[in-house]
Amino acid sequence: MSQIPAVLADAVVYASWLFVIAVGLTLIYGVMKILNIAHGSLYALGAYSAVTLAGGWLAKGYAPLGSYAMLALAALLVGLIAGPVIERGLLRFLYAKDEIVLVLVTYALFLILEDAIKLTWGVDPMFVAEPYALLGNFEIAGLTYPTYTLVLVAAAIVVGLALWWALGFTRSGKMLLAVIHDREMSAAMGVNVGLTYFVTFTIGAFLAALGGALTAPTISVVTGMGAEVIVTAFAVVVIGGLGSLGGAALGAVIVGLVRSAAVHYQPELELFSIYLVMAAVLIARPKGLFSGAEVRKI
Amino acid sequence: MSVHRTSVALVAAAGALLALGPVIPNWAVSLVNVSLGIGVVVLGMMVLMRTGLVSFGHGLYYCLGAYAAGLASNRFGAPDMLAMVAGGALAALLVSAVLGLLLAKYREIFFAMLSLAFSMILYGLLVKSADLGSTDGFNVHAKSIAGFAVEGDAHRLGVYSVIVITAALCALLLDAYLRSHRGRLAEAIRDNELRVEYMGASVFATVHLNYVISAVLAGVGGALMAIHIGHIDPEMTYWPQSGEFVFIGILSGTGSVFAPLLGSVVFETVRSYAYEKSPDTWQMVLGVTMLMVIVFLPGGLWSLASRLRGRPDSARTGG
Amino acid sequence: MIKAMKPSRLAAAATAIVLALGAPVLMAQQKTSIKVGFVTFLSGPAAGPFGVPARQAAEAIVESLNAGKAPAPYQIKGIGGLPLELVVIDEAGGATKQVSEYRTLVQRQEVDFVIGYIGSGDCLAIAPVAEELKKLTVFFDCGTPRIFEEASYKYVFRTRPHATMDAVAATLYLLDNRPAVKRIAGINQNYAYGQDSWNDFEATIKVLKPEVEIVTSQMPKFGAGQYGAEISALAGANPDVIHSSLWGGDLEAFMLQAQPRDLFKKNILVLVAGEPYLHRLPGKIPDGTVVGARGVNAVFAADSPLKRWLTDLYKAKAGIEPNYPAYSVANAFLGVKAAWEKAAAKKVGSAIPMGANKNVKEEMEKAYAPPTQEEVIAMFEKLSFDTPSGKVQMSLGKGHQAVTGTAYGTTRFENGVVKVGNIKYYPAERVNPPEGVSSLDWIKSGFRATAK
Repeated sequence: MSQIPAVLADAVVYASWLFVIAVGLTLIYGVMKILNIAHGSLYALGAYSAVTLAGGWLAKGYAPLGSYAMLALAALLVGLIAGPVIERGLLRFLYAKDEIVLVLVTYALFLILEDAIKLTWGVDPMFVAEPYALLGNFEIAGLTYPTYTLVLVAAAIVVGLALWWALGFTRSGKMLLAVIHDREMSAAMGVNVGLTYFVTFTIGAFLAALGGALTAPTISVVTGMGAEVIVTAFAVVVIGGLGSLGGAALGAVIVGLVRSAAVHYQPELELFSIYLVMAAVLIARPKGLFSGAEVRKI
Repeated sequence: MSVHRTSVALVAAAGALLALGPVIPNWAVSLVNVSLGIGVVVLGMMVLMRTGLVSFGHGLYYCLGAYAAGLASNRFGAPDMLAMVAGGALAALLVSAVLGLLLAKYREIFFAMLSLAFSMILYGLLVKSADLGSTDGFNVHAKSIAGFAVEGDAHRLGVYSVIVITAALCALLLDAYLRSHRGRLAEAIRDNELRVEYMGASVFATVHLNYVISAVLAGVGGALMAIHIGHIDPEMTYWPQSGEFVFIGILSGTGSVFAPLLGSVVFETVRSYAYEKSPDTWQMVLGVTMLMVIVFLPGGLWSLASRLRGRPDSARTGG
Repeated sequence: MIKAMKPSRLAAAATAIVLALGAPVLMAQQKTSIKVGFVTFLSGPAAGPFGVPARQAAEAIVESLNAGKAPAPYQIKGIGGLPLELVVIDEAGGATKQVSEYRTLVQRQEVDFVIGYIGSGDCLAIAPVAEELKKLTVFFDCGTPRIFEEASYKYVFRTRPHATMDAVAATLYLLDNRPAVKRIAGINQNYAYGQDSWNDFEATIKVLKPEVEIVTSQMPKFGAGQYGAEISALAGANPDVIHSSLWGGDLEAFMLQAQPRDLFKKNILVLVAGEPYLHRLPGKIPDGTVVGARGVNAVFAADSPLKRWLTDLYKAKAGIEPNYPAYSVANAFLGVKAAWEKAAAKKVGSAIPMGANKNVKEEMEKAYAPPTQEEVIAMFEKLSFDTPSGKVQMSLGKGHQAVTGTAYGTTRFENGVVKVGNIKYYPAERVNPPEGVSSLDWIKSGFRATAK
């Protein structure tokens, strides 16, 4: 039996997951030039909230389909609370700092949130598996896949298309692009950069939490999960080109394919696959696959 | 020509630490050992930072240095502290000279990320090396210093002395380099590469050299840590370790070669007390400390020292 | 010149602060309590399944021992009549940091002994430091056989058997119950424990049944979380048996993803460390899964006053039955207690009889003083003591490494709980190598090698 259909199917599923966890990271970097390590914590927060809400919903005996709404609600809540709190309460005072210092700020935030999560939810792994199996299964090449994986793929596509449309075809999206292109010039032209940052960070936080909430039914939510995810997400956005939406998608697809092929043909290589791709891409294209020419500042 | 005052101070500090060695409690010896071992790596971070570069993968050389020292001792029959330090430096030198050819063209986040990728590839290789103990690593025991066998208390003091002297020597040499013509180019490159090129200096060669210097320092630090801890494992090249170096670098400031050494003493002390006093929330303590330093001491801890000396500018100009 | 001295003055000031912070507290004249350093994961992925249960067990055991509520032969209060006091440290951060924290624990906190360490890398790194600092240190949970196979130690003990036993017994159990297995697959985390676990299993089954075929060995990275491709690869390889040493969140994620995909319909799953998850995954563990508890722990332990004692105190603390890490903790505390009290009894027993000497008072005081660390260690070596999981014998590693028998069983889902049936016990000597032979050599020799 040929393994190729399975390799492709697994690659698509994994790539969708990667895209959902990475897209918020690239958005925030693109607009704010912050490589947000706390993205991992927001992902974990989304997952924990999703387990709590969906688990509570199911425990009350409400309609199981409603648990999907709970996943979405969890992502929204985290995005709308944690995002603004972090941006207004901390980051906005530090925008003048160096890019690297901002990375450290988010690293500090990551450490703080890790312990905050532990204090809130404890250290026992938690899960709510029902939404994963609820929709039944389908088959590809003799292998069974839960229909929920299609939800994940669909979510990735919807998020990707929505961002593409919002950035390219709406007024505020165009302003955002203007800020990405040249922060000072946009401010001079009357774009409210502060507001742009606020909105971007909130959306980014929501996307991180959405990644966590959508992943939650497939895993056991556990302390330290954010740390595992963040470097993978970095690799994806760096491969694609930091700050590029299409890049994040392409990076996710490449990493998904390479990892899936490794697992099926050379399981030994799985551990390296993502970093080998990252090094190879950066060597060939120093700024990732999608990177525009930059104005050289003298 | 007079001996520079930083050199005098370094020698005096090293002498004081050596004299204190036999009288301070054992755990303080350990604290000094760890801080200086890490401090040497952070000296390397300082060179890079002055050049305007930050590596999220310097664990690569820290780990290479430690493994080279460990292999020198366990496989190549050289369980001598000096040989191990030399081995660590050499391994870092060779690898960084090659990778530097590539990395010297990278800047900003891309430099950081490519460094990260290399360090994680080393991590993967080591995890797959069952022969080297995979993630469990292996134990190392240095038996002599320059051929003189040391055991027991002599070993303890020997390790301490080797670390103090090596760290002081690294700082002395680095300080001399940073004051040299080539060394001063680093900050010029950070501020404006084109101007440096117009002046006729090679940006590439300088960045490459600084990269190699910082890698060798990391390798030496790794070897020192292998000697002190007595155990090495791939965790040394995992990304949070590299992140910690960047953090201590920023915490310390780049004003003087003293900064990284003192900064890592402060960091290790805070971390150790956080583990002890608040085992459930030590990460939070570290995170809050980090934020406070960034917000209130933007020039790092060294700016505090400079402020005490009434020279607020030295954090940036490197006095 | 004055200015030039500033940096060194700063250095001196820093040293002085460091010194002042750590100035040793004056020792009390008479020993009134025993300070125990306890190191376990409080954060990271190992905290939930192992670290925190271990801490809860340790705290509950200490309370119970201090109150003198433990059953015979452990009814003396605390240890030798002295109450225990715990200092808990997080094991997270890697071996390098743990070595520093260990030094702090021993030298700044001045603990009397240390019980701890779940990570094998941490144990390997700590052992020589314990030796250097001459501090009794008991590893309660780490599994690697390398500790006492690569070196020997005076101050270091491990009160649980090493991990080779798990793989050997799993294979024996599998072949006893399903002698026809042909196609073997594995999914283990890509780190030392996962690799060792798989290598030992593979080596054992190749010795016992050379015609088996290894169809795939999946090695996802630690904490991967997403196992879609691995599950496809396992299903595609069509194995009779899937071996896994996954644990914690990784195991649960794997089970949650594999079960809906019908991975386990046609094969037997072997979970060498599956016991702690039985109560957590009701309905998610397929019937017929082979599970172990890394020793005769938890469901495998025979009923005894000690088992009831541990079960009651742990339930009161954590609300659930103790899992195998809790049993490991009990082994460590009871081992030290047994050795200590034996040493104390020996001192009293060999003291000069009253009236036979002029210095009666001094001699009696000496005899009833707590035993020295060296005296405790002398009794600890080759000790045999009772625990909630039965007899533990310190018979490997020159008397520093415990061996016990072990057991495996098969799961079935009944009335909403996972039950373990068809339990088989394997005596210690059948699943542990003899003294002086490395685990892998012993397996590869067909379990025949003896020390040269």
